[in-house]
Amino acid sequence: MTQHALHPETWVDRYADYLFNYAVVRVNDDELARDLVQETFVAGLQSAVNFKGNAAERTWLVAILKRKVIDHYRKSNTFKGQAEVKMHFPSQSDQEGDWLEQMAADPETTRENDPLENEELGLAIRECLARLPEKQALVFTLKTIRGMSTEDVCKELDINPSNLWVIVHRARTSLMGCLNQTWFN
Amino acid sequence: MITCEQAVTICHKNQYREATFMDRLRLWTHLAVCRQCARFSRKNSRLTDLCNQASLRSLSEAEKEAIRKRLDQVRGQGPAN
Repeated sequence: MTQHALHPETWVDRYADYLFNYAVVRVNDDELARDLVQETFVAGLQSAVNFKGNAAERTWLVAILKRKVIDHYRKSNTFKGQAEVKMHFPSQSDQEGDWLEQMAADPETTRENDPLENEELGLAIRECLARLPEKQALVFTLKTIRGMSTEDVCKELDINPSNLWVIVHRARTSLMGCLNQTWFN
Repeated sequence: MITCEQAVTICHKNQYREATFMDRLRLWTHLAVCRQCARFSRKNSRLTDLCNQASLRSLSEAEKEAIRKRLDQVRGQGPAN
């Protein structure tokens, strides 16, 4: 079995976005998710001596983040007292028309809007992104995820536009190939 | 008529809504006659759709820097490894 080692100095660059995506889906709050990611890294540093090297670095960090998310909900629950149960009873107006047609979810839309499926998709894209050369991943992230203009990206990375589009081409082609293997199978 | 290479570049620009009207016109006419590029264009749009659907998020450089600073602090004082 291969032994894994920790490289805390690379954590933020390699895992911050991955963990942030993981957290934001679960707590639905940007600031809180960011704090949880930071706390995860801190906890990771503090318990690095306990790292046995059995798991990959990222798996280990995700496990810590999971605990942090659970702790967060546990804490917020003690303030609320008992958990509230909300039930939705269809009102009179809901009963007009064909019940089945109205209450049955359209399979297409639930698939598109299913947060869990979309989260898995997001993590799959992240995995593929992590396999790209650093510069390609960075350009793709700035353009696609951060939505920056070509001009701004060029300025920030000191490249010219035709250079940028070549990098975008390589990144997108690799991503298509990678997602074809991981997501569509 | 534009080359396949030019068509592919316009296709990428189009994913980010940065292709001009003339660009798109040239792209469409190319795609109408070039099967390979038409296939590539479909896959490329699909990738854009998937990225939108996943609503990918990332931390800004400033936020990452803040986390790095905090970690340096912890590493400075904590039980060293």
